Amino acid sequence: MKEKETEALTKKLIELVERLGDLEIENVEIKAEELTLILQPVIGAMVQAPQLLPKVEEKALETLLKAEFSPPIEAYPGEVVEVRIGATKSDGGSRRKVVKIGGEKTMPFYSFELLNPNRPAFTMDVFDMPITLAKSVMQHFEDVMQDPADWAKKCVEDFGADIVSLNLVSTDPTIKDVSPKDAAKTVEKVLQAVDAPLVIGGSGNKVKDPLMLEAAAEVASGERCVLNSANVDNDYKRIVSAAKRYGHVVVAFTPMDINNQKKLNRLLLDEGLPKEQIIMDPTTAALGYGLDYTISLMERIKLSGLLGDSDLQMPILSPSSNAWGAREAWMKSEEFGPKEYRGPLWETVTAITTMMAGGDLFMLSHPATVRVLKGLVESLYEEVDVEHVYKPSKKIQDWITDIGV
Amino acid sequence: MPEKASLLSIYSYLPQTNCGECGEPNCMVFVSKLLERKANPEDCPPLKKPKYKEQMAKLVELLVPPIREVKIGVGEDVVKIGGKEVMYRHELTYHNPTAIAIDVSDLMDDGKIVERCRAVEAFSLVRIGERLRLNMIAVRCASKDPDRFSYVTSLVARSCKLPLILCSFDPKSLRAALEGGQVANRRPLLYAATEENWREVSELAKQYNCPVAVFALNLGSVKSLTKTLKARGIQDMIIDFGTHTEGGLLKESVNNSVMVRRVAVQRGDKDMGYPIMFIPAMVWMGEEVDPVTTSYKEAYIASLFLNRYADLIITHTMEVWSLLPVITLRQNIYTDPRKPVSVDSGLRTIGSPHEKSPVLLTTNFSLTYYTVANDLESAGIDCYLVVLNTEGLAVEVSVAGGQFHPSDIKDIFSSVNMEEKVKHRKLIIPGLAARLKGDIEDSTNWEVIVGPRDSSQIKGFLSKYWG
Ligand code: B12
Ligand code: SF4
Repeated sequence: MKEKETEALTKKLIELVERLGDLEIENVEIKAEELTLILQPVIGAMVQAPQLLPKVEEKALETLLKAEFSPPIEAYPGEVVEVRIGATKSDGGSRRKVVKIGGEKTMPFYSFELLNPNRPAFTMDVFDMPITLAKSVMQHFEDVMQDPADWAKKCVEDFGADIVSLNLVSTDPTIKDVSPKDAAKTVEKVLQAVDAPLVIGGSGNKVKDPLMLEAAAEVASGERCVLNSANVDNDYKRIVSAAKRYGHVVVAFTPMDINNQKKLNRLLLDEGLPKEQIIMDPTTAALGYGLDYTISLMERIKLSGLLGDSDLQMPILSPSSNAWGAREAWMKSEEFGPKEYRGPLWETVTAITTMMAGGDLFMLSHPATVRVLKGLVESLYEEVDVEHVYKPSKKIQDWITDIGV
Repeated sequence: MPEKASLLSIYSYLPQTNCGECGEPNCMVFVSKLLERKANPEDCPPLKKPKYKEQMAKLVELLVPPIREVKIGVGEDVVKIGGKEVMYRHELTYHNPTAIAIDVSDLMDDGKIVERCRAVEAFSLVRIGERLRLNMIAVRCASKDPDRFSYVTSLVARSCKLPLILCSFDPKSLRAALEGGQVANRRPLLYAATEENWREVSELAKQYNCPVAVFALNLGSVKSLTKTLKARGIQDMIIDFGTHTEGGLLKESVNNSVMVRRVAVQRGDKDMGYPIMFIPAMVWMGEEVDPVTTSYKEAYIASLFLNRYADLIITHTMEVWSLLPVITLRQNIYTDPRKPVSVDSGLRTIGSPHEKSPVLLTTNFSLTYYTVANDLESAGIDCYLVVLNTEGLAVEVSVAGGQFHPSDIKDIFSSVNMEEKVKHRKLIIPGLAARLKGDIEDSTNWEVIVGPRDSSQIKGFLSKYWG
């Protein structure tokens, strides 16, 4: 709450107390945060209004009362910046097209207010070595797992990924300890194999990742890739300077905390990286494993940006493939039914939820999720004429009779 | 804008005598209790006197949530929906989880109807110590025959105790079901009043004191209906503006939901202050629907609307793989975003452990505790489980954030006489707490064995490392 308001309230309270003389106020302990909560627009015990109805003569009501509905439009003082991923020939790269994300002027899919300019985009996970994946994901990639270039191609050509996320896990010292130079060669290979933009990810090793990302940034110079990720635990300065030098975008990763996200963004901005080259990853927890935190985190971040907090006005990355970490997604279980359907659906529901909460770019593993999410986005962006809305071709008002048994 | 509930506005309606009859030292404290929803206006006895009648009414109105709480059904299984006060769950915890109704067609065979009803009622999944259920049955009058509908409704009512939704746009069928089906005393939801049938349907709702859904594709018409029905004395309504599941129309349903909620919560539009319902079962319309892709679609359409203010949904599939993610999402959306759900710390016994049984350690975050306890139980492991108070945080989170205190383990050990319960001195810790191995050894003087990262692997682990 703004200080002025608090002050005004305190003043009113004092006036009230004075008027009432002996009102004992010490017992009311209300801290500032509580006040914000308390003074939310509407609060109430779960009380129901008793008969507070207008006493209208029932007989008089033979016709419907008229009512108008006008869309409650709001204006937001801030907006999310647009981030461009990938560079075409004219921009100095070799990608077929640029994927633009962000640029929101309102909350996700409040299109009665305004259609946000860029659609959510989808990237699929590719690894630079065969790794253990859930069976229902693996079955789609078994033939290409030996070669990240083929794997990437399959994602783009067969499954419609807008972007490829190349995860260079073999660089981990405890896995294969592949050198940054060799990892960069893989990046080059994949850049040649597909014309979609790339997200380049590390192994999560604090020491190795910055070195690897730097080498990758150099070979991919001008392609406007996404470097994943800079965080407070690694040498983010090295990553930022490579991104600036070679023209890439950086993922700012924080584990589940809006204030830490803000701080990290600030650190990157202070290094001279423009907002247009930053994507936030505030952590996506799987459905059933903390997705509740993610929903509120993303909604708060998006709202803060729209309300003018310029340190939080970057697009949001949602690695929804984290859904596969949930045992319900991969575990065999008689009780839960076939995991071949359950797994992708777990990822689909995780992704839909983060999409509604404010995600802009989605990392996915299963082709079914990509297909469903793309279809949904298509629907949510499709123009419809109002006539059609009230007279839809599929008569939804016939559902009572037209659903089978 | 309606008057806002604030310290002062609430205070102004109280007797202001500081008599203490409410059990609070003075009126102001009572105000803060009201605001925290820990008290009701009725808890102030003086306010119930006739001379305060008007003030009481005003106060009650002030405290009513902008989205009316509607009850469907009676008794133990009553379903409460609505009662929402905010647009986003970080503002104030959402109440009253989305009710899930499964449809029953009156064209199904009697046997199948009974079986389906029993299955819906028996459906139960335990997640994080919470029993997750399906809540209602929606009986569809697909036959268009009031007699059949009435017969099937009574069959459904006899087969299960769940609250019912009676679905027909024909008032005759609704009346037949209410009267002939003998379910009026169960307070079913009448679906639905429309611009065509509102007179008859609202009569029924009044006569039998049932909640009623209003259905229209146009929000102006929806508002006309709620306004009219309210003027006719009906309070318990639910709004259905159509669940589009295809093409660009889907966007309209999403938009409508946001707009309806926003005018009610932020702009005080009382005519739109009712719970919202969606019907993902819509995806099953038509002749040839593939059961797998349609169950898949139904689940993600339901999830989409769960994320956009659905207070009630009607679905069709009974496939657990399709219902599980929806029910899990509902549980996620309706947890309190401000405090982790936790269990008591201390020692638990799983199965019947003896002096040679393993001793395992976990944290008191509900999700962690129940996952581990279930894994141990379903694997039939007899053991001791030490539950550490990590302020309700998961293993890795508490290790990273410093709420995982090795010294607390020692305290638990001594308070429960652990050294007498088992002969050995070996403690198995979660794989994700590996880096605290040394610290735990130092503080307990027990040998610490680092277990697997996922508790589902404990069984295999024990058979290898525990004789
Ligand atoms: C949800 C979440 C949060 C929530 C916390 C929810 C809660 N109540 O715990 C919030 C938002 C508060 C949070 C905060 C932070 N988080 Co956090 N969080 C997560 C997240 C997404 C899921 C954690 C979870 O719920 N797991 C599910 C439970 C059931 O798992 P579990 O307790 O580990 O139990 C399993 C196993 O350990 C094992 N097990 C359990 N007991 C036992 C016992 C035995 C004997 C055995 C053998 C096995 C076993 O089986 C269980 C079932 O599989 C993870 C990332 C991820 N996807 O894992 C990050 C994560 C754990 N968080 C992380 C961090 C860094 C933090 C913060 C420190 C960051 C910050 N913001 O400052 C804070 C710390 C806050 C604090 N402690 O004060 C990091 C940890 C990195 C590290 N290794 O150190 C992670 C891994 C994210 C990341 N990739 O960086 N977090
Ligand atoms: S009972 Fe009513 S009047 Fe008396 S102190 Fe409590 S709130 Fe005030």
